[in-house]
Amino acid sequence: MTDTIRLQVARYRPEQENEVTFQEYEVPCPREWVVLDGLNYIKDELDGTLSYRWSCRMGICGSCGMTVNGEPKLTCATFLSDYGPGPIRVEPLRNFPVIRDLVIEMGDFMRKLTRVKPWIIRDTEKPLSDGAYRQTPDELDEYKQYSMCINCMLCYAACPVYGLDPKFIGPAAIALAQRYNLDNRDEGDRDRDAVLSEHEGIWGCTFVGECTQVCPKNVDPAGAIQRYKLNAALDTLKSFLMPWAKQ
Amino acid sequence: MTASHDVILVGGGGAGLRAAIAIAESDPRMSVAVISKVYPMRSHTVSAEGGSAGVIAEDDSLDEHAYDTISGGDWLCDQDAVEAFVREAPQELLRLEHWGCPWSRESDGRIAVRPFGGMKKRRTWFAADKTGFHMLHTLFQTSLKFGSIVRYDEWFVTSLLVDDGRVQGVIAIELMSGRVEAITARAVILCTGGCGRVFPFTTNASIKNGDGMALAYRAGAPLKDMEFVQYHPTGLPFTGILITEAARAEGGWLINRDGYRYLQDYNLGKPEPRPVLRSMELGPRDRLSQAFVKEVEKGRTVATKYGQVVHLDLRHLGAKVIDSRLPFVRELCLKYQNVDPVSELIPVRPVVHYMMGGVHTDIHGATPIAGLYAAGEVACVSINGANRLGSNSLPELLVFGARAGLAAAEYASRQGNPAPTVLALARDERIRLANEMLHRKRGRERIATLRQEMQQTMEDSAGIYRTGATLANAAATLRQLQERCADLALDDQSRTFNTERVAALELSFMLDVAEAIVNSALARQESRGAHQRTDFPDRDDERFLAHTLASRNSDGSCRIEYGPVTITRWPPAERVYGR
Repeated sequence: MTDTIRLQVARYRPEQENEVTFQEYEVPCPREWVVLDGLNYIKDELDGTLSYRWSCRMGICGSCGMTVNGEPKLTCATFLSDYGPGPIRVEPLRNFPVIRDLVIEMGDFMRKLTRVKPWIIRDTEKPLSDGAYRQTPDELDEYKQYSMCINCMLCYAACPVYGLDPKFIGPAAIALAQRYNLDNRDEGDRDRDAVLSEHEGIWGCTFVGECTQVCPKNVDPAGAIQRYKLNAALDTLKSFLMPWAKQ
Repeated sequence: MTASHDVILVGGGGAGLRAAIAIAESDPRMSVAVISKVYPMRSHTVSAEGGSAGVIAEDDSLDEHAYDTISGGDWLCDQDAVEAFVREAPQELLRLEHWGCPWSRESDGRIAVRPFGGMKKRRTWFAADKTGFHMLHTLFQTSLKFGSIVRYDEWFVTSLLVDDGRVQGVIAIELMSGRVEAITARAVILCTGGCGRVFPFTTNASIKNGDGMALAYRAGAPLKDMEFVQYHPTGLPFTGILITEAARAEGGWLINRDGYRYLQDYNLGKPEPRPVLRSMELGPRDRLSQAFVKEVEKGRTVATKYGQVVHLDLRHLGAKVIDSRLPFVRELCLKYQNVDPVSELIPVRPVVHYMMGGVHTDIHGATPIAGLYAAGEVACVSINGANRLGSNSLPELLVFGARAGLAAAEYASRQGNPAPTVLALARDERIRLANEMLHRKRGRERIATLRQEMQQTMEDSAGIYRTGATLANAAATLRQLQERCADLALDDQSRTFNTERVAALELSFMLDVAEAIVNSALARQESRGAHQRTDFPDRDDERFLAHTLASRNSDGSCRIEYGPVTITRWPPAERVYGR
């Protein structure tokens, strides 16, 4: 292991340049340091102009997703020493417009998230005075995995369908729709299915599961998508065989 | 452009989102703005782990929750606020259940509760050990259904617009474009969270810079009880990542170099194999962190590259309990400490975690300035007194977020439009920000240098144990750092997503907050809860059963006064644990 490592960092400052350039910095490389520590070292000690997002440094806020040596990663959970002897290439997440340096524009996801109605929908709301819903640990496990999404955008950066067709609602939004669809307190699956099925993107999704491979929280969006597709196909079949059943 | 709303929330974490939803539900015609320097789901509520207290068990009572909270706070809590808090907390947690929060369950499907430090009964609701994460995402996703909530994601508030004695909006920078805008409102609620980053070693995220505390302080609102800084006893060395108290609630032990459960030497009870409520590892955080320092003095801790540590032992819990109840603890230990708690000891040391103090408010979240409200960690209501109990901060966000939201909405409904003079104020602030930016081009001081000096000053003077002499020196050092801060250099002169400019503004906020902490600690000549003075080792109810109120003088210096503590039913007494 070396004492320092070189970071080649993508720079893009729209007020100064029209295209991405790479700038190289040398940073310390103790065993405990993650890529984000390297970026903070640059910001504090070498070059205050580098821009990136970060907050919790413990893999839960979802701010610091970037492309590290070609792969989408949470930089607070990616160790410099795993890339020895370097250099390490740090770029913004792919498939998104870049605002500046390592900062991507994620407004598209925020709008899509709202569209899948990620909240409990009930035909009639249960009053608080009726107390809590019963939900057994098994019922909780039905959707729990999909509730672990931290909105870090790594799955969108890895998704080949989203890369080709930005209208595709995308892995995290589908996983979160399923998180509510599979919650026994919720009755909103028909509202959400209308949004999920309106665009053919979901059918273009393959079984390769790039999204699931890069997910730092084991959410398995690919599983959510396949499960949705299977249910949707069954519903379609049912509507042919039993047209009254959909009423 | 000057946008206008009925109520502005500054901050989009648990308190801010709860307040926004409370307003949207009570009056859908009200325009509510959530202005946050990050996307709301990045807010630091996300990092809370262990749980959220609210009485639901049959053998529990509101009075017991109140007593645990008040004794835990070393009698500095306002008891009327505590009574409102314990009464409304279960309802708020239930509301979150109806909104979809994935609370952990008993096998029959009822809500499960776990023990927690300083609590005499099991009353802590939890979602495994990612309670804050699930609460925040539940609140954020639920907030998306309200069309009357307008979000300003990644806007940084630089100042409050105060005219004619009332707050009428804010000035904020949109990070993406760098443009500076006035956003006016009939009422403003501060929900920006704590200020752990004024210290070098903290569980707090990088965004926790005391922004709202400084905004209020500069606008003339006093900061209350700022000397009470909570050290959580179990942080990972180097990173400061929190290992939740739930690890001890599930049965974890704290052991020293000799494998000895040292808490038994500090009047916290006798060691038992199973966790005992309000005893040993389930004592309050202030006492546990103080015991650590004493162990260091006795030479019974373990030296590491990143300071002295003790060990948290979870091995006897087994993989099944750890994976079902503490999965995040295992994940964090494996990832960041290269240790598997199923088979290895976790090195831990106390770490700055929470600010009991904050913007002075009443039990409706109202500050002394008309139109200005605060809720959550940024505020001091005060339910936490001199030491907060674990799992009281998450329900505090909900109870007082909702209360502040409703109070601010009610106030806003009685106000007219913002005065035209506000726009002149906005123009002045724009010019100030632009000049400051230009001036910084020629500055000589580096942000990181001043930040490190401030953090070191705070650790040296305002840590777990304090003395008058070091606090007085620290106060003088911070004054100098304030002067040097005026000469900060910025490498970055661009407008687009200029994070260096934000860091400079945050540093300036943190220095104000640091001065309030140190001056408050210097003035309080007693030891109470998390404020331990080696030169005044006893609690002094004659002189200091009172809230510290730190106000900013016109020259920027800090003035200390005191206000009364509200005692309703629990007169001051000895804090007893383990007996």
